[in-house]
Amino acid sequence: MDDIVKMIGLKNNCTFCGVFRRQALDRGAALLKVDKLVTGHNADDIAETVLLNILRGDIARLSRCTSITTGEDGPIPRCKPFKYTYEKEIVMYAYFKKLDYFSTECIYSPNAYRGFAREFIKDLERLRPRAILDIIKSGEDFRIATTTKMPEQGTCERCGYISSQKWCKACVLLEGLNRGLPKMGIGRPRGVNGDHKKETKKPGPAVKSIESKQCGSLDF
Amino acid sequence: MQLTLEFGGGLELLCDSIKIHKVNINFPNESDILTVKDLLSWVRTNLIKERPEMFMKGDTVRPGVLVLVNDCDWELSGQLDTTLEDKDVVVFISTLHGG
Repeated sequence: MDDIVKMIGLKNNCTFCGVFRRQALDRGAALLKVDKLVTGHNADDIAETVLLNILRGDIARLSRCTSITTGEDGPIPRCKPFKYTYEKEIVMYAYFKKLDYFSTECIYSPNAYRGFAREFIKDLERLRPRAILDIIKSGEDFRIATTTKMPEQGTCERCGYISSQKWCKACVLLEGLNRGLPKMGIGRPRGVNGDHKKETKKPGPAVKSIESKQCGSLDF
Repeated sequence: MQLTLEFGGGLELLCDSIKIHKVNINFPNESDILTVKDLLSWVRTNLIKERPEMFMKGDTVRPGVLVLVNDCDWELSGQLDTTLEDKDVVVFISTLHGG
């Protein structure tokens, strides 16, 4: 990760780390032929993710992030059993049971966007502890208009991994790193080769409504 | 009075990486009770060697830091107004970590 940051700078670190780690987990799980992949995400994490996706306008992720199990129709489903457990409860449990754990923070996290969501959630928790569970419940209750354009799940042309685009994110990021283009795969999608799509004059209605914009591409 | 203070979850890094501190604290002026609020400002002045904003925010601990007085959550004993007695053990655990 240090090598990656040397190349891309201190922004968007979470994108690289998260994408690569997730794929590494999945591929490792496949090698071990496991039935299910279980992670330790807790209530605070889920609430932060809900807020993050709202702030980013990522409707695709928003619809999936509160599911306790995802990928049930795939090879290895993923589950988050601690979805309703507060981080505070987990820390207290570990303390009283004298469990040893790592508490080091990622050195690149101070620049992460998630930090802002976390700060806000912690302030909310202090005023009204139920807020965390309520945010998760709101996230679960979201219903997406049927007219909203959602990405479709396919496979990556380069490596065969599941992907909603032509290439999976890991391949796009990897290609960018290998070619010395650290911004590839970051921000608005520009096509697989990193070139801007040519502006062609097409007949027909121009893209106007916010619903037909590509998921996760709202940029403020 | 004698108190034992413990720092966990990464907070020990703010006090020279020492997890357990045995300290002697005097009552604040014109008072014969010591509250956790008094203790906090004492800790900030005397024990926190770096990045005080990681430990405190305003008059109280940073949101995300747990405070246990004799193994009991301070929310049950009055939070900042919890009174301390001789030989009490106060534990500060940060719950903020990970990526």
